[in-house]
Amino acid sequence: MKLRATLDSGSRQAYRHLEHGFDAAFDAANPWRHLGALAFLFLCLVLATGTYLYVVIDTSVLGVYRSIGDLDRAPRSLGGLMHSLHRYAADAFMLVTLLHLGRELLLGRYKHFRAFSWLTGVPLLGFAFVSGVVGFWLKWDQLAHFSVVASAEWLDALNLFGVPITRNFLSVATVSDRLFSLFIFVHIGAPLLLIFGLWFHLQRLAAADVFPPLTLTLGSCATLLALSLLAPVASAAAADLSLIPAALAMDWFYLWPHLLMYATSAQTLWALAALLAIALFLLPLLPGAALAAAAAVHPEHCNGCRRCVEDCPFAAIVMVPNPKAKTQLAQVLPELCARCGICAGACPAASASRASGFVTGIDMPEAPLATLHRELQRGLERIGERGVVVFGCGQGAATGQLASAEVAAFSLNCVGMLPPSFVDHALRNGAAGVLVAACRPGGCAFRMGDRWTAERLTGVREPKLRTGFEPQRLRLVRADCGEEETVASALAEFRRALEQPAADNKLSTRMASNV
Amino acid sequence: MSDLPKYLAQALLYGAFALFIGVFSSWPPYHQLQPDQALIKLSIKHHGKLIAECRQRSAEELAKMPANMRQAADCKRERSPVAVEVDIDGLAAYRHLAEPSGLSKDGASTVYQRFVVGAGPHRLAVRVNDDARIAGFNHQREEAVTLVAGHVLVIDFQGEGITLQ
Repeated sequence: MKLRATLDSGSRQAYRHLEHGFDAAFDAANPWRHLGALAFLFLCLVLATGTYLYVVIDTSVLGVYRSIGDLDRAPRSLGGLMHSLHRYAADAFMLVTLLHLGRELLLGRYKHFRAFSWLTGVPLLGFAFVSGVVGFWLKWDQLAHFSVVASAEWLDALNLFGVPITRNFLSVATVSDRLFSLFIFVHIGAPLLLIFGLWFHLQRLAAADVFPPLTLTLGSCATLLALSLLAPVASAAAADLSLIPAALAMDWFYLWPHLLMYATSAQTLWALAALLAIALFLLPLLPGAALAAAAAVHPEHCNGCRRCVEDCPFAAIVMVPNPKAKTQLAQVLPELCARCGICAGACPAASASRASGFVTGIDMPEAPLATLHRELQRGLERIGERGVVVFGCGQGAATGQLASAEVAAFSLNCVGMLPPSFVDHALRNGAAGVLVAACRPGGCAFRMGDRWTAERLTGVREPKLRTGFEPQRLRLVRADCGEEETVASALAEFRRALEQPAADNKLSTRMASNV
Repeated sequence: MSDLPKYLAQALLYGAFALFIGVFSSWPPYHQLQPDQALIKLSIKHHGKLIAECRQRSAEELAKMPANMRQAADCKRERSPVAVEVDIDGLAAYRHLAEPSGLSKDGASTVYQRFVVGAGPHRLAVRVNDDARIAGFNHQREEAVTLVAGHVLVIDFQGEGITLQ
């Protein structure tokens, strides 16, 4: 277990280094943080170009190779580009989908409240493979012949069919237009099922990024277009069922299972596919750390404002009629709750400066805001007027080691749990400054914590941070887990700047750009 | 990072992505057979003979039956398994007894096997028995064939007997 934990930690750190490297070039449009949305973008490209191809190609046995050949002979015409884009977008879709799955697996995002998205995502991989592989058959070239025979041999190994499917591909006489109608049906039907499955896949995600950021969308589309222009896709020679070509230009994104089958056996490939599917489906059931208690609503303080509903990243809160008032009441669905506390950070009732004592409409039972409020009070008394308050994220860079005589450091479940009133309270009650350490843009383990925090602190999202204090007294720093040094450096610089009022404008600008 | 290096880095990474997609969409090539090899496919789908002789019903038996069900012959549904043997260049390459499909064993027996052989002349001997009531093989064919590299020869068993195509 210890070895596994070490390996997990090591591989996650290595992955984060990779992700951070891309941050330098892409900022918030880092493709690693938008893999699911990128996959959907490529799927849309495949659907759009596929619709065009369906209109222009002849889907008969004799006509399909000729009509695709016509497109290939003019690779930079509209039809030729559509053919190349269709293929490259499909390849990119599979690559990005596999990376998306691998990323979620590596980051351990398949259990508890994420199990539904994981379990509804796994079958989509099957639909993607079926659709992609059958797409190769439709070209009816040598590669199609190889793939269709290999697939038929694999299916026949199950002995489920009265007539072996392979007998359909023994000679030209057995291949009919009706068979191609079946190919078309599967090639179109599987993506439709995939899209239907995607709807389920995203059900438990609030404000899901269906498409990547505009710059990433444009960059990705331009990249595939440039690839299609520079290296147009070409079909192999026409399928000849009596010949096996000396070499096949293999598509390694979809057709590698055929090679695995010929290197082992059809039964082995079935066994591996079944084991992989079982393993992926059982992953959410693996034992792991128990979850803390779900968020709890305090009905007497909930005014039914819906902000927690709107901010919950996993759609775990619904509104129900309040039996004791005419307003509505928030209700947490515990099985969907991520225990992030972002709902508590959204609650306008969580005022840190209320004279009658701290209350909140929704809170985390095992890490309540009331406790944070008490500790903040004590911390403010301890650090004095030169002191700085640091609010950190339990999933991001650790901030505990920053505590000192003049620094009070607090770690929350997620930085999104921080009500802006706590920042305001700290600034109005003695702290020279407040530093909020959030994860890098898009790097929040709970999807939205960093984004909602930045928007609340800059006053574009409720609950907004009250104004009336010098903006240079607040600093937002972005640092993921393992980037503790970044926070420490930012804190040191922040403290120096707080002692130099002349640098106000510069600091203010920096804070805005950080946010 | 100022804007220019950022855009250059983006261009480089987009280029690497395109290169990865472009390269692995068609490379490295796959060689299903070595340059001096050919393929023989044995593919048979055949209903074996009925496993037992039909019994003729007597007039008394027929009289007891409903008029619409009076079939003179009483035949079992089960069919014979199909035994297949293939020798290539005098060596036993395949021996198989294909059971009939279906819960009542009244469906077709199927056989599918691939043999990768060297290109050039070969002597093929194929033997089939589709009748459990007789010993040995009731269908056989021997033939010298010359296979060019990459050629696919299909051995089938149709109504007219064993075919090579």
